[in-house]
Amino acid sequence: MNINNYLYLSAILFTIGAVGVVVRRNAIVVFMCVELMLNAANLTLVTFSRINGTLDGQVVAFFTMVVAACEVVVGLAIIVTIYRSRRSASIDDASLLKR
Amino acid sequence: MATNNGLVYLIALPLFGALSLLLLGRRADKWGHLLATALSASSFGVGLIQLSGMLGRSTESRPVTQKLFSWISVGSFNVDASLLLDQLSICFVLLITGVGTLIHIYSISYMSHDHDRRRFFAYLNLFIAAMLLLVLGDSYLNLYVGWEGVGLASYLLIGFWNQKPAYATASKKAFVMNRIGDMGLSFAIMIAFASLGTVSFAGVKEHAHHASESTMTAIGIMLLVAAVGKSAQFPLQAWLGDAMAGPTPVSALIHAATMVTAGVYLIVRSNFVFDAAPTAQLLVVIVGAITLMFGALVGTAKDDIKKALAASTMSQIGYMILGAGLGPAGYAFAIMHLLTHGFFKAGMFLGAGSVMHGMNDEVNMRKYGALRKFMPITFITFGLGYLAIIGVPPFAGFYSKDMLIETAFNAGGIKGILLGSTALLGAAITAFYMTRVMILTFTSSKRWDDSQHPHESPILMWLPMAILAIGSVTSGFLLSRGSALKNWLEPLFESHGEHEELLSPMVVSGLALLMVAIGVAIAVMKYQLSDVDSVAPVDVSVFTRIARRDLLQDDINEALFMRPGQVITAALVKVDESVVDGAVRGIGQMAIGSGTSLRKTQTGFVRSYAMLILVGAAALITAIWVVTQ
Repeated sequence: MNINNYLYLSAILFTIGAVGVVVRRNAIVVFMCVELMLNAANLTLVTFSRINGTLDGQVVAFFTMVVAACEVVVGLAIIVTIYRSRRSASIDDASLLKR
Repeated sequence: MATNNGLVYLIALPLFGALSLLLLGRRADKWGHLLATALSASSFGVGLIQLSGMLGRSTESRPVTQKLFSWISVGSFNVDASLLLDQLSICFVLLITGVGTLIHIYSISYMSHDHDRRRFFAYLNLFIAAMLLLVLGDSYLNLYVGWEGVGLASYLLIGFWNQKPAYATASKKAFVMNRIGDMGLSFAIMIAFASLGTVSFAGVKEHAHHASESTMTAIGIMLLVAAVGKSAQFPLQAWLGDAMAGPTPVSALIHAATMVTAGVYLIVRSNFVFDAAPTAQLLVVIVGAITLMFGALVGTAKDDIKKALAASTMSQIGYMILGAGLGPAGYAFAIMHLLTHGFFKAGMFLGAGSVMHGMNDEVNMRKYGALRKFMPITFITFGLGYLAIIGVPPFAGFYSKDMLIETAFNAGGIKGILLGSTALLGAAITAFYMTRVMILTFTSSKRWDDSQHPHESPILMWLPMAILAIGSVTSGFLLSRGSALKNWLEPLFESHGEHEELLSPMVVSGLALLMVAIGVAIAVMKYQLSDVDSVAPVDVSVFTRIARRDLLQDDINEALFMRPGQVITAALVKVDESVVDGAVRGIGQMAIGSGTSLRKTQTGFVRSYAMLILVGAAALITAIWVVTQ
């Protein structure tokens, strides 16, 4: 199988994630799209690691997973708190800092 | 030149008085006036000791100096703060401390009801110290310190009752007009330094012969500007009349006897400059002649006794400046008139103060009259001063003024005739207005109402008046006997060839007496033999009206300088607001404007930020890709 297909797949996943972040209002969905983008990036790293025959990309992929896990913890906590106080998970409503 | 370490005490004593009275504040209220008077008197004592020492030495070794400290030392330019006491300074030292002490004594009583008497005496002592520094400085720079010091003391004392806005304005006016003169003095110092490299009297005198005439003329004219400002000469004369806002002893000491004569001192002291600059000397004479007529004319129209005396002071100083401008022939007579004037004018001002004291501070002479019976001592002392100023022999003014008129006539050519006749006419007008003052105050019918209770002043007030009256009677005779003062001052001036005499002294004296008699006669006819209104008549000729307005001096100053000045100031304020402030505010507005327009991108929606990040990242990658291809 052509190894480039992995790269095409990750590009498609990344684009889906990015479009999701921009168009969706629900904070949870936006969050999942961000995760999708991170994983697309991970797939690219691993693929290039395979192409180049080195382990660098895989190491970085582990770092990304750790960072993503932390981000999920903090991000979900924020979303839950906002939902509790505003009874809404729409990110367009959470624009208090503008004023 | 010999050194004498006693000179500093002349200045240090009154300066100590001023500082201690000012620093101790209310604690010195009880005895401050006594301390100040004692210090002034001891300064006079030091002066007398110096005089006796000087008399005991031969002519060449009379001047003494004292170096206080090295003041400025830059490269080859050195100025020491040092004092010089010579034949000219000693005259001034004795006049300042002597008349000054008498006026201190007078003020103890005159100011006894003023709760700020201590501050008054502190300023008086400050003035004495500054004036002594002025006449004792051995360079123009040292003189300048004293020059500014007396200006400050004059300002403080004119505005002593500054709770009245008019008095505060008067002091400000005097200060501002004096600043113009002070600028002249500082320019003179700068020119002397730039072109001669020295600012000491001895140094400038040394260079005076071989420096170019234009340099000396420039220095001379600037010195004249300084003298004109300080001595209230035309065209900077307008402040003197308003300066009468100060307490009367101040008018007697500062604005009659001493400070206003500083200009005469400056010109006589700088005789070497003016001898080398005929143009500047001619200007001095012209200023003197104009002012002596100006003051005399204003004096004829004033109803305020102090302002009439102030106009007379201006006129008499005009005589002195005229004499000082006549060169070596006139210096000694200018100083002689200065000394005799110090006696009789101070005496008359104190007399005016005594009258005001007895008349509830009324100054309008039209509300006086017949005070001879109520104030006999004041009448006699004032009368002796009056006889001295109009120049009746054998009183002081006769000798000094006659000499000046005679010297003016002998100046030669058309100039001499013009100056001499001006001085003669001035003498006639002087006789007229002083007789008017005398009649309106003391001899004419009573014009005050019964709420006034005129009474003679206490001994502390009339004693100084009496001593000054004795001076007014005898000083002229003593100073001119055997040309005493002339010979005393002779070594300071360049010797000069005798002028041919246009008129003999006898003829001049005869003419002067004739003019005086005419002046007195007119005044007697106008005021003694006919009734005087207690309110100034309003339907008077245009000349009287102009004279009452001080020959329009304020109107001219306001039209020529004040209003255009105000317009320029307003324009500058506009420029400041629109250009300078505009630039500063514009920068602020620009920052605010760009901030406002950039803020529109901050929508507050997370999704739009994400979109921007995405687009930015895509653009960055595209750019990198394009560049690397």
